Amino acid sequence: MSDNTITIDGQAVPFAPGQTIMEAAMAAGVYIPHLCHNPEFTPHGSCKLCTVTVNGRNAASCTMPAAPGMVVQNDTEELNANRRALTQMLFVEGNHVCPFCEKSGNCQLQAMGYFLGMMDPHYDQFYPPRDVDASHPDILLDLNRCILCELCVRASRDVDGKNVFGVTGRGPHTRITVNSASGRLGDTDMAVTDRAADVCPVGAILKKRHGFEVPIGQRTYDHKTIKDVHMEEAGK
Amino acid sequence: MTFELETAKEPEKLKRVVIEPVSRVEGHGKVTILLDDEDRVHQVRLHIVEFRGFERFIQGRPYWEVPVMVQRLCGICPVSHHLVAAKAMDVIVGAKQLTPTAEKLRRLMHYGQMLQSHALHFFHLASPDLLFGFDSDIAKRNIVAVVEAYPEIAKQGVLLRKFGQEVIRLTAGKRVHGTGAIPGGMNKNLSREEREILLKDIYHMVAWSRDAVHLAKKLYTDDMERNTQFGYFRSNMLGLIRADGALDLYHGGLRARTETGETIFDHVDYSHYSDYINEEVKSWSYMKFPFIISKGTQDGWYKVGPLARINNCDFIDTPLAETERRDFVAYGHGFPIHSPLAYHWARMIEMLHAAETIKDLLHDDDVSGNDLMVKGEKALEGVGVLEAPRGTLFHHYRIDENDQVTMANLIVSTTSNNHAMNEAVRQVAKQYLDGHTVTEPLLNHIEVAIRAFDPCLSCATHAVGKMPLMVEILDAEGRALDRVYKDGAGEVGCAV
Ligand code: SF4
Ligand code: FES
Repeated sequence: MSDNTITIDGQAVPFAPGQTIMEAAMAAGVYIPHLCHNPEFTPHGSCKLCTVTVNGRNAASCTMPAAPGMVVQNDTEELNANRRALTQMLFVEGNHVCPFCEKSGNCQLQAMGYFLGMMDPHYDQFYPPRDVDASHPDILLDLNRCILCELCVRASRDVDGKNVFGVTGRGPHTRITVNSASGRLGDTDMAVTDRAADVCPVGAILKKRHGFEVPIGQRTYDHKTIKDVHMEEAGK
Repeated sequence: MTFELETAKEPEKLKRVVIEPVSRVEGHGKVTILLDDEDRVHQVRLHIVEFRGFERFIQGRPYWEVPVMVQRLCGICPVSHHLVAAKAMDVIVGAKQLTPTAEKLRRLMHYGQMLQSHALHFFHLASPDLLFGFDSDIAKRNIVAVVEAYPEIAKQGVLLRKFGQEVIRLTAGKRVHGTGAIPGGMNKNLSREEREILLKDIYHMVAWSRDAVHLAKKLYTDDMERNTQFGYFRSNMLGLIRADGALDLYHGGLRARTETGETIFDHVDYSHYSDYINEEVKSWSYMKFPFIISKGTQDGWYKVGPLARINNCDFIDTPLAETERRDFVAYGHGFPIHSPLAYHWARMIEMLHAAETIKDLLHDDDVSGNDLMVKGEKALEGVGVLEAPRGTLFHHYRIDENDQVTMANLIVSTTSNNHAMNEAVRQVAKQYLDGHTVTEPLLNHIEVAIRAFDPCLSCATHAVGKMPLMVEILDAEGRALDRVYKDGAGEVGCAV
């Protein structure tokens, strides 16, 4: 076995120096469920869905660098049960009403729920009061559905160079904020063509007036699992 | 305004009878009756608890979400809410005229909905009462018994409903809570393969719908005297009408006629509905009472739904349904027919019209076109109206500059029929209340009267005769003198 190899569920997976476990796994065609990870952006490590067992200890695979000889468990009953529970928590912590959400069928949270065999929310709903900001002419911000992955923060800062989004509050009060004097999206220089307008995995940042344009049956996850889609994106 | 038997003069001196369906979903109703010591009826009221929370809930939501969201309002006709909200939103996105493809696909979805809802209403909910008699054994008065006694009829009922649902699935994307209609048009067409699937069965559907009209007619005319008198009252009638006077369930102007068939108004642009119709609030009911403004609250109440529509239209533009309409109208000897039980017959004529219209649309290449959307200058207000299975349905929205809904006003068919159903229940109570003991036949008759108008209220989730009902007779102090209940299994018991 070469130095730059780890094993995931018994399978040897090579890695390039500096790669995380997630990056190595995806490059080798091994799927690790994830939500806040997006290969285009610096890892964030907030959703914990990608948690694997590394040499007996749990760690977020999207932030943990691969190291020679690591023994990783990924696709186990226990880890998948934890992932399911985390997904359920994400559902109840926000106001996710799939039947009339325009992101339905294209939503990663929903697709993850299906992929992990989530049959119900299990936990009591929080029904948190969350804001809708429709002040931007072309973009709708509906924080009812935000899962705090901070992909918008990263995209706006690192790709668009605009820093439109930030995070404030702690624990259950954590929320996305908009960096303008009024706190309204309409008062920022965000454009509908920005990467940040297109990056939200759920239905929290949406292009206005396009809801439900794609018919049922032709949406991203109508015939594919989130694993299929993520692996395709990784070129696998 | 008050009506005979609506409000007793000295209610405190009377005994009170309460009939309460203990249902969990859809509309939830309760009947109260006040009697004097000689058991004369002094007051009868049907109280319907209407779900109004929606109008508040929708505030602040983006307008394009509304046509999908409103489908949660009704378990039986979600498609009606979907389409009528889409019609209102067409106005908001400035789509003055949909493309032929979009309009025909919308109609196809709507007529599919009409077919499935009417089939459910007639076969599953009403036919057991009508086939076995209102007083027949409850245990036998359900769709299972219909399957045993009339297997062919039951099978056709089930398949008609299934076909309607299939039309909905292929146009809306799903059998329930689809997304087909969007502001300005549709998000998909019907492929040739999809048309072929439906064309295979449509001829059966037309034939069976015609049989269903004949069955409904037979059940009505077999006991003409009882059926014309049952819950009888006369009223104005309201509905949409096509410019040429044809029955049109998807679009048209508003037509209102008096109980004798004289025009009150005609071809009214429905976006001005509030100049013609208002809603009265009464202290004793959560649900409002709409009325025609020019006739006032006393004389302006009206009924909607199949009976009003078949009475109101000048003709039907599909041949088989038109033949049946003429046959039906002849029974009125020049006047509109008002018997509540005639609703079922009119309903089946509409089902036949729906089947014929679906057949024509499936042969129309426009439904496979690709020109699906139009948009124009944005407006901040939109009204949509269509004829839902149970009657005229109004959706009215206002939005702000940011595309968020600021106001929603809905007048659903049940509300339009509120007064009419009250009237029917009053007549039935007068006809069938026998002393102050609440009898099971009285419960059944009230249920049958309500069901002529509205399947939701009699609670579609419960099989016929198994609608949980509670009836109480209270003395002036509110003490229970008698209480009869019927549980979800149809068992009748005494609690006092
Ligand atoms: S708005 Fe969307 S992208 Fe931004 S943090 Fe919330 S879920 Fe993530
Ligand atoms: S994907 Fe790793 S923590 Fe979210």
